[in-house]
Amino acid sequence: MDQSLFRSLAALSLALFCVTAPAAAQEASLVDGAKLLLTNGVTTIEGTSGGGVATWSTIAGRETDRGIGLSGHVTLIELPDYGWQSHGVAVGIANRIELSYARQNFDTRDVGTALGLGRGYTLNQDVFAAKLRLAGDVVYGEPLLPQISLGVEHKRNRDAPVARAVGAAHGSGTDVTLSATKLFLSHSVLVNATARLTKANQAGLLGFGSEGGDQHRLQFEGSVAYQLSRRAVIGAEYRTKPDNLAIAREEDWWDLFAAYALTDHLTVTAAYVDLGSIATFDQQRGGFLSAQIAF
Amino acid sequence: MFLLAAALLMQPATDPPVDWDKEFGVEEKVRDPVTGELPVDSYVQANGNAGAAPFAGSAMATAFGGQDGIRRIANRTVELSEADPRLAAIFQAHDMVRLKRTLFEQFCYILNAGCDYSGRDMASSHKDMGVRMRDMNALVENLQAAMREGKIGFAAQNRFLGKLAPMSGHVITR
Ligand code: HEM
Repeated sequence: MDQSLFRSLAALSLALFCVTAPAAAQEASLVDGAKLLLTNGVTTIEGTSGGGVATWSTIAGRETDRGIGLSGHVTLIELPDYGWQSHGVAVGIANRIELSYARQNFDTRDVGTALGLGRGYTLNQDVFAAKLRLAGDVVYGEPLLPQISLGVEHKRNRDAPVARAVGAAHGSGTDVTLSATKLFLSHSVLVNATARLTKANQAGLLGFGSEGGDQHRLQFEGSVAYQLSRRAVIGAEYRTKPDNLAIAREEDWWDLFAAYALTDHLTVTAAYVDLGSIATFDQQRGGFLSAQIAF
Repeated sequence: MFLLAAALLMQPATDPPVDWDKEFGVEEKVRDPVTGELPVDSYVQANGNAGAAPFAGSAMATAFGGQDGIRRIANRTVELSEADPRLAAIFQAHDMVRLKRTLFEQFCYILNAGCDYSGRDMASSHKDMGVRMRDMNALVENLQAAMREGKIGFAAQNRFLGKLAPMSGHVITR
């Protein structure tokens, strides 16, 4: 863990502690932490709440309709030729609005040498996101009415010159997502479907759009999960991606995940992910590990 | 002024305490000597008041241990909620003797374990309680704890919760 990451995590834990500690003494505290376990989802690679790879309509944090929730996460993905590390924070307001920030660091290892960037060159990106719950509830209400949310993810690649060198048209871009998520209690099954309008190449780490294709493209993210207990859930996800760059083919992503709420505030997610071909290096399949603290 | 205060102070201590309920014409509620329940305003009894259609077949009733198992879960849910600092204020202000019976009947009816539901509908039973989403979640957690204690499998717990969850709109009023 690098030093700046450690420092930001330390600051985060302190901030969370300060907000929750005095509030816990009051009767109806603002940080109410009253959401049902796991119904805040787990943090995605973009810092939004969802299933790890796919964004869901869930709102981050453990607050209910009168409270404020907070969460922080760290995610590691180990691939044959690359290493991914991301971390971030999210605020949930009244289980209605989610605001999140995530920093992604993508270590190119030996590929960096091959691409002439230098060994271990790390591509970095900031993702600022907002999500608004429009209707429904993931658990309650009409059994067939899912929770529906609209999201925007503004991504700023910090290595725009590299992105342009590989043929991307822009160094930053904005995705729009529309998600529907429902836990079908009668079968203990959660289903999510998300439509995403995006120009991002490899989620934005290789920039946005290209000379040949510079329009937002409609992509799909689907998740199916089975709830084993109050604390445990397993599932699978699929995410389609645009294929804008001429120099390298881009493939869809999928994963198999297991999430466990170790405590009411700490959830760990482990997954097997297949990220396909990345910058001409094929079969990027590996392990995903994420820890989320939420209040 | 001084004399008045002195007169008040010197009132003989043996005066019976004022029955303010009587003074203001508040009708005293007396528990039924047989059931131990407080009377409620009259309403039309119907199984439809339970708020959900019962499961078909006997699998769910069996999974919950029949009427005995269901009664333990309903009683335990009420006891946990009365003792729960998040909910005590709401529960302790009401008739828990009646609630244990009606909640049992409702669960038993929905689980198709051979009962009729004689209580009120969900909207009128909860209308003045000011239940919020966080209270609803707390009650769900207590019901889950009671079902766990009763060793009910998780899939069956969720199937049952699936009958109750759609009632949230009638229970959560603010
Ligand atoms: C879907 C969820 C719920 C179901 C199925 C349910 C079921 C019931 C039933 C069957 C009754 C008896 C009605 C009668 O006396 O005729 C009742 C009453 C009551 N419920 Fe609920 N309830 C739910 C949610 C809640 C919540 C969230 C709270 C509070 C946090 C709550 C607190 C009470 C209280 C205090 C009474 C007694 C009312 C009275 O005696 O006037 N209930 N409920």
